[in-house]
Amino acid sequence: MGIKLNQVTKRVGAETHIYETDLTLEEGGFNVLLGTTLSGKTTLMRLMAGLEVPSSGEIWFEGSNVTGVPVQKREVAMVYQAFINYPSFSVFDNIASPLRVARRPDAEIRKRVGEIAELLKLSPMLDRLPAELSGGQQQRTALARALVKNAPLVLLDEPLANLDYKLREELRDDLPKLFSDTGATVVYATSEPQEALMLGGHTATLSEGRVTQYGRTADIFRKPNTLVSARVFSDPPINTTVVHKKGERFELNENIQWAVAEKYAGLADGSYTLGIHPHHLTLGSVREDSIAISGLVQVAEISGSESIVHVDVAGNSWVSETQGIHPFVVGESTNLQMQVDRCLYFGEDGGLVAS
Amino acid sequence: MNFKKWLLPTVYILFLMLPIYWLLNMSFKTTNEILGGFSLYPENFTLENYIVIFTDPTWYNGYINSLIYVAMNTVISVSVALPAAYAFSRYRFLGDKHLFFWLLTNRMAPPAVFALPFFQLYSAVELFDTHLAVALAHCLFNIPLAVWILEGFMSGVPKELDETAFLDGYSFPRFFIRIFIPTIAAGIGVAMFFAFMYSWVELLLAKTLTSVAAKPIAATMTRTASTAGYQLGLLAAAGSLTIIPGAFVIYFVRNYIAKGFAMGRV
Repeated sequence: MGIKLNQVTKRVGAETHIYETDLTLEEGGFNVLLGTTLSGKTTLMRLMAGLEVPSSGEIWFEGSNVTGVPVQKREVAMVYQAFINYPSFSVFDNIASPLRVARRPDAEIRKRVGEIAELLKLSPMLDRLPAELSGGQQQRTALARALVKNAPLVLLDEPLANLDYKLREELRDDLPKLFSDTGATVVYATSEPQEALMLGGHTATLSEGRVTQYGRTADIFRKPNTLVSARVFSDPPINTTVVHKKGERFELNENIQWAVAEKYAGLADGSYTLGIHPHHLTLGSVREDSIAISGLVQVAEISGSESIVHVDVAGNSWVSETQGIHPFVVGESTNLQMQVDRCLYFGEDGGLVAS
Repeated sequence: MNFKKWLLPTVYILFLMLPIYWLLNMSFKTTNEILGGFSLYPENFTLENYIVIFTDPTWYNGYINSLIYVAMNTVISVSVALPAAYAFSRYRFLGDKHLFFWLLTNRMAPPAVFALPFFQLYSAVELFDTHLAVALAHCLFNIPLAVWILEGFMSGVPKELDETAFLDGYSFPRFFIRIFIPTIAAGIGVAMFFAFMYSWVELLLAKTLTSVAAKPIAATMTRTASTAGYQLGLLAAAGSLTIIPGAFVIYFVRNYIAKGFAMGRV
């Protein structure tokens, strides 16, 4: 059954934090809420947790209406971006706390805490206070407390954002595995598209208080339903420009034109917004599914195994992402290949019309 | 170089300690020696003054009375201020900032302003000359101060801690006592210290609101002459003993107070 938001809105004073939202998250799934800061990820999570009461609409959980039910009565666990642990409790007592409140027998508490601590590599630190741990260990303690509760709904609000790179990668790999065995519905908020892709599962893209799309993560990445969703789910940002379809040809300007591939043949003639992901606009030789585009190099950056270059193409600042390390000279012209069968076309209202 | 480094602090500390030394010096002298002339140390060393204080009920009851109403006041101030400070730190309500500031203004009037109304009111409700009278009167200054100090410490605790506890299943009272109070223990220590200090040193209200049964040590001490004439040695001994509780308390909270200063709330 999972969790279901039924026409939920949240207003604070004159501001609307969440516009009318319908969203159903499947039971036992790993769900990512993807959106920039202030897009409403945290508010949506707090509504699911019961920490906030919706201004209108209903929240259903496992077949019952939980709107307005206090958090203590909900079976929810939550981990925050900041490392939140009880400072006066040892790591053991921190992890044991939900079990203690539920008045479980001591032997069971010791066993469960021991298992979870082992899983999260916290066993040697059980006697310490949270303040004596590193950031990664503190966040693992918070995760352990969420796990030990065995709640059917687990909310993770950018839990890795405050960790350093190495720890983030390590925990990111572990997270889906940790929760997949419990059968819990996991909701994970992040502002990084890469993270959503790595975590898999389902993704809901959020923008300015609206859920713009929900579905399997890979599907949403490949087929965003609107330009807004495409922008939310693209890093480096998706390149856009206006193109015109005239019969058998797409026309960007006088120089850049290409034949309409079969899959776009159904489109009516007219103007569209074209979206192309940076990794479909690359250096390299001409292929049958690509056209050459030349532009002036504005900024070039090399990130590990990729070269990211910003080029000026017919007045648009576009980003190209190519595997491998390539030298670029700022101010010089460069030739890029655009894979025309990977283009997304959006209509006047921003909706996807062809991909 | 080493000598220069030590010189200034040493002179400064000697200068600060001088009145305290003089008080101790006097407390071990007889009144005749004190009045007789100038001497840097007691020539006829005597413990007589201290013995009088510990055996004469009119003296030692002063300490007991003071300690009783100070303890009562400290407990009342902090236990009333805790929920108030929590509300100021966690909730936004109409006029919250004004109310918070208004609390502080209570500290800006001299106690003398309140002496007459308190005296009249307490006489009317038969609270006059009780420990509770002084303890309640001192709340006027100490509750606002405790709220101010505790609010600072509480606002340093993220709101998410409260929410995590509620998500774990804690009820509000249980969370407050089991988790929140230990988390802000330092702040409670500082608030108690200041409540103790103001109540311990306050003289005017304590003196006005008591006569015999709850007479504080500060009142006993400030009568310069008694039926036995001048008893300067005795007064000096009483003064020396009065310093001790304050020194004792400040020793325990010295680290917390530094933290309070860092928060700008002390």
